[in-house]
Amino acid sequence: MTTTSILAAADLSKAPRDLLPVLIAPIMVLVALPLVGSPTTWVTLTVAALAMGMMIFVIASGLTLIFGLMDVLNFGHGAFIAIGAYIAMTVLVPLSGWIQSDALTLNLAALLLAVTAAMVGTGLLGWCFERVIVRPVYGQHLKQILITMGGLIVAEQLIHVAWGGDQKPMPLPNGLRGAITIGDFALEKFRLLAVAVGLTVFTVMQLVLNRTKVGLLIRAGVENREMVEALGYRIRQLFVGVFVAGSALAGLGGTMWALYRETLTAAIGGDVMVMVFIVIIIGGLGSVGGCFLGAILVALMANYTGYLAPKIAVASNILLMVAILMWRPQGLYPVARR
Amino acid sequence: MIVQSAVSGDMPKSRILGYLITAILLTLAFTPLIFSGSQPINTAAKICIFIVLVASYDLLIGYTGIVSFAHTMFFGIGGYGVGLALYGWGPTWISAGLGLAIALIVGTVLAFVIGLLSLRVRAIFYAMITLAVASAFAILAGQLSEYTGGEDGRSFRVPPLLRPGTVLFDIPALGVSVNGRVLSYYVVYVSALLLLLAAFRIVNSPFGRVLQAIRENDFRAESLGYNVVYHRTVANCLAAGMAVLAGAMSAIWVRYTGPDTTLSFAIMLDILLMVVIGGMGTLYGAVVGATLFILAQNYLQKLMSIASEATAGLPLIPHLLHPDRWLLWLGVLFILSVYFFPSGIVGKLREMQRR
Repeated sequence: MTTTSILAAADLSKAPRDLLPVLIAPIMVLVALPLVGSPTTWVTLTVAALAMGMMIFVIASGLTLIFGLMDVLNFGHGAFIAIGAYIAMTVLVPLSGWIQSDALTLNLAALLLAVTAAMVGTGLLGWCFERVIVRPVYGQHLKQILITMGGLIVAEQLIHVAWGGDQKPMPLPNGLRGAITIGDFALEKFRLLAVAVGLTVFTVMQLVLNRTKVGLLIRAGVENREMVEALGYRIRQLFVGVFVAGSALAGLGGTMWALYRETLTAAIGGDVMVMVFIVIIIGGLGSVGGCFLGAILVALMANYTGYLAPKIAVASNILLMVAILMWRPQGLYPVARR
Repeated sequence: MIVQSAVSGDMPKSRILGYLITAILLTLAFTPLIFSGSQPINTAAKICIFIVLVASYDLLIGYTGIVSFAHTMFFGIGGYGVGLALYGWGPTWISAGLGLAIALIVGTVLAFVIGLLSLRVRAIFYAMITLAVASAFAILAGQLSEYTGGEDGRSFRVPPLLRPGTVLFDIPALGVSVNGRVLSYYVVYVSALLLLLAAFRIVNSPFGRVLQAIRENDFRAESLGYNVVYHRTVANCLAAGMAVLAGAMSAIWVRYTGPDTTLSFAIMLDILLMVVIGGMGTLYGAVVGATLFILAQNYLQKLMSIASEATAGLPLIPHLLHPDRWLLWLGVLFILSVYFFPSGIVGKLREMQRR
């Protein structure tokens, strides 16, 4: 090893963190204040945006990690969102006694049960999906896109077979309805829960990725798969594990999203996936941190423009994406350099 | 000889396929004269429109190796361009032409911009960006109801010559009267045929060969001195332009334009299924795929409802065979065809011929 490369390596560990993209979010929040006018509306919108951002992040993080590690973009991820939500509904409906009770512990117990079922269900499904659908087409992008799209079609049709095609109500537990008022500001309880869940997922993910052996291997695998294999690790199992975890996160996100909307159709995944894709592109394919930031930016943009100019709310996110890609063509924090 | 030069030397290379294509094109040519009633002619017109749409998509996915999910957006731009022009400026040929011209310009410029933004990066990136842009476009078209008619869309009148009330002449021997409706069918049919042959011309030109080289190995094509981004962008614009024309044909035929018929993601999936089942990168696959798919859409459902009723006593099976679940079986067929015969029906037929 030459001296320069040692120096370069030393520099790398001390390299300043790239904080510029992080500044966009607070700037956006501050710019929105005069535009929105009333501070109470502004707080409500910002909290709503954070809640939405966290839900999108939970869904998108799994997808982006799968992509970063295995170079597979699962267009069928939307199906996991929907299936997770349907499983949660199936668990919640018989527990209506717990849901309608005034005791918050019973409410949360029902929710925990539903979320666990949803995550286990989608995790198992993810395992099957990886084995049957994705495994034969590793490394072939065109086929991957087609095959996961086919998986999405079949999964969506199977939802119709299993649960019927009509719109279903999603029972939100009693204790999570309504809002907490602090002074003039009303904060909806479910949104606060969503923010808490999102932050927990982000923290746990960061800890696992940065502080554990498995996380180290995953990060190493993202950087250079062959090298990790050459060092004797069975990267295949790591892949499967990440795929299952990513699918389970989609199930969690789908459950939260359905609770937020309080209704449920088989197309629920497709609606979210558009935002998820924008988030992943903005964040940089494969980057968890970028995904977190991207989710917040997209949700802030969607909520502010939804209030200021509802008709162009959708287009605004596309404009945001275009602007960010002009600035950084690979997204805010590009990871996968392939 | 004439046929050979018409398809630019790209013959079917399979006897069965040759017969199949001839049969499809001839049946489509004589549909209004053979069959009575509105369903066969509607089905035939839909097949013609989708042949163009799928062929233009094949230019992208099959010949250039780009996966776009925005193809319905361009289809919709064509439909809305002609439809809104006829609605707003009155049912004349001039407004239809003007609307088409505007739609073509908007479509190609949009394709150019999207291509410029994302084609330099990666196939997967392009797929995601087009998916996002197309769905935003669809929602926007639904939202701007003052201009587009919102979710309800717009019904409009076509120029007088193409209306069903206009009777041009009768053919007593066949008992058919050639009215405006039949005439508009032939407008659609002839445009479809010409556009299909144009697509053959494109893919068999030196330009088309470069596209195929890029599909096989873009790095190598670049090192041979071809500008990959330029070729991909031009292919993208050509495919978009063709999709716009297909949208215009659809508007003329259906006399209605709305988000569900032109912009919805369901149509995008249909196109994907048609091109893969028919055979990517062959153009003949577009004809076979579109025909089979639309026939299945119209007639498979009837078959399934019979099967569903026959198995009514059994658990689950009637649900799986419910006529609304036809897409499930085509989805399974789609996955199987990506795995086991990636070159689709056309590829399979050619393989049989070679043996």
